[in-house]
Amino acid sequence: MDFFSDYTLRVVALGSGVLGAAAGALGSFAYLRRQSLVGDALSHAALPGIALVFLLTGSKAPLPIMIGAALAGWVATVAVRLVVRRSRVPYDSALGMALAVFFGFGLVLLTQIQKRPDAAQAGLESFLFGQAASLLREDVIVMSVLGTACLILLGLLWKEFKLLSFDSEFGDSLGRPMRRLDGIFTLLLVVAVVIGLRTVGVVLMSAMVVAPAAAARQLTNRLAPMVVLAAAIGVFSGVTGAVLSSMVPRLPTGPTIVLVLSTIVVLSLIFAPDRGLLWRWIKLGRLQPAAALDPVLMHLYALAQQHPNEPDHGHRVGVLRTMSPVGADVEQALEDLLNRGLVHGVGDELWAPTPIGRREAERAIEAQTEMSS
Amino acid sequence: MTPELEILAIAVVTAVAAALPGTYLVLRRTAMVSDAISHAILPGIVVAFFLTRDLNSPLLLLAAALTGVLTVVLIEALIRTRLVPEDASIGLVFPALFSIGVILISRGASDVHLDTDAVLLGELAFAPFHRLTVGDADLGPAALWSMGAILVVNAVLILLAWKELKLATVDAGLAALLGFQPLIIHYGLMTMVSVTAVGAFDAVGSILVVALMIAPPATAYLLAERLGPMIGLAAIIAAAGAVLGWAGALALDVSIAGSIATASGLLFAVAFLLAPQRGLVAQAQRRSGQRLDFAVRMLLVHLLHHEETPEVAEECREAGLHRHLGWRESWTRRVVGKAENRALISRRGELVLPTDQGRRLADDAVVGFSE
Repeated sequence: MDFFSDYTLRVVALGSGVLGAAAGALGSFAYLRRQSLVGDALSHAALPGIALVFLLTGSKAPLPIMIGAALAGWVATVAVRLVVRRSRVPYDSALGMALAVFFGFGLVLLTQIQKRPDAAQAGLESFLFGQAASLLREDVIVMSVLGTACLILLGLLWKEFKLLSFDSEFGDSLGRPMRRLDGIFTLLLVVAVVIGLRTVGVVLMSAMVVAPAAAARQLTNRLAPMVVLAAAIGVFSGVTGAVLSSMVPRLPTGPTIVLVLSTIVVLSLIFAPDRGLLWRWIKLGRLQPAAALDPVLMHLYALAQQHPNEPDHGHRVGVLRTMSPVGADVEQALEDLLNRGLVHGVGDELWAPTPIGRREAERAIEAQTEMSS
Repeated sequence: MTPELEILAIAVVTAVAAALPGTYLVLRRTAMVSDAISHAILPGIVVAFFLTRDLNSPLLLLAAALTGVLTVVLIEALIRTRLVPEDASIGLVFPALFSIGVILISRGASDVHLDTDAVLLGELAFAPFHRLTVGDADLGPAALWSMGAILVVNAVLILLAWKELKLATVDAGLAALLGFQPLIIHYGLMTMVSVTAVGAFDAVGSILVVALMIAPPATAYLLAERLGPMIGLAAIIAAAGAVLGWAGALALDVSIAGSIATASGLLFAVAFLLAPQRGLVAQAQRRSGQRLDFAVRMLLVHLLHHEETPEVAEECREAGLHRHLGWRESWTRRVVGKAENRALISRRGELVLPTDQGRRLADDAVVGFSE
């Protein structure tokens, strides 16, 4: 099958690419705001909107359905925000509840639709699991317009969204309308999610929001490159997934896109320069001996720091025991450290680190700061 | 029992069984893990099905439960790398596992009845058709027995580990310091969630599992102040939601699972509005009470300030109070009425003057300010 000659494939790939760009770029902000699961909640909550529009109008035209889906998702996020602000129910519970309850209500409406005699209802299920192959030209046109509008708005409000993501209290203190900006951001995210429902479906939509951002985050520490990278990863995965699933029989598009994305995330987690697991493992190997030092030595070192001018100021075992977890064998640890020449006794039951012990402790602290930075 | 009543029994037992571990999920702020587990068990079921070629094999449930635990292990491993925040870890793991499940199904099982919809949506209406029989005796629907067993196991485990679960939930740091193993408790709880989700999914679908695990405990959280009553209330609310949803579905002839989820959400909405201490209505009442109370004090301070001065005839004249205090007339009337009711002021001709009790309160208010 040839990408440039196959019309359906081109339509599907274009749709998946637009989706990847919009979801990747907006997902970056959601990721940084610790709202990665909002995409999941939004996509589930869209179901009653889709069903209601179909019940009322009887049509499956892309635009009304998308508007219905977006409205329902929007209502769900408003409900979540209200519950979190006005009760002690935690954010994740409110989100999960909105997701499940809205979806349940959507299911009720779907069964209501299924009772209708007309066959036009067939195909509504494609919203649940996504059916990229059924995308039509008019779907992709609507998706592209909405996706481009999202990206343009994101560019126009770039500075504001940056403020919202990193220090929204500071924005408040500047007198910026942070609550309204939060609302606009959520609206854009709603639109991005709605674009993807037909392509990847309700369940997998959350991956389109989270995964590109998670991969891009490993590769850069700056916002603009991260957003661009996430959008690029989204486009690449969308198009690759669409092409792969068209070449291999019985390979559904949505899950294929998600697996491509997941592979990219795993690769970036392992190989990201300076941050990835491989990199850290190499660094850790170098620092291992120092990092594995006994906590008792670290406590003794901390105590010795209180007396910088008396290197041999002794400390009692009892003090060390209160600093250690219940049940830790402090005496045994001291004996081991004594044998390794890291501590020495300075009088009756009094202990102090040796110069070597002090140096080892300093190295361990250095290693730790290096690792956590 | 008629099939309808059997469905009701299954729904109630499932709801209560899910509410028990769900309470801890809500309190530990890990509610979304139930969503992840209930989706991610799909590949476990599919692989086990390929091995056994039998949709009713208990091996399917075992594999699904193991996949659920694997999901949690993967999420925890991702969080421990400290490269990805917790919410994103959840959002990365379960779509990947679910995708593997969907692809396995469409590549290998398209000839049999193993639909993603069935897993995701469930169909409670079919549950009574699958029966548990010993010899020739019909012991009732299999789902009722399996969920009943899960309910009993959940209840017994929670009672046995009551103290440990409570401590690890409220203060994991202290639990670790005292030598309990919060990690073991965490995985124990997650195993319970997995098994419950797996047991429930083929009767009610994975989305309803999420609704049942989160909504009733969250509702109870608005009503109870202690862990024991909260779990008890969560169980009662879960059962009530199941009954309501079942009745609604029967009346309207719609999806029972969806209807129960909707009913659970409605019960939460009612509690959110009307909970005696924490509801929106109670909050609004408390606020308006406090506002009135504060206004009464303001009025008393104003009267006390002017009662011994030459301007008393103007400043303490009832008809002019709203101007001096900058209040609307209707509100002023309400405040004066309230103060009179509480015997804090008395009228003398056109004037309003504080009583002794009113003076004390105004003094208190002023001293409170200056301190």
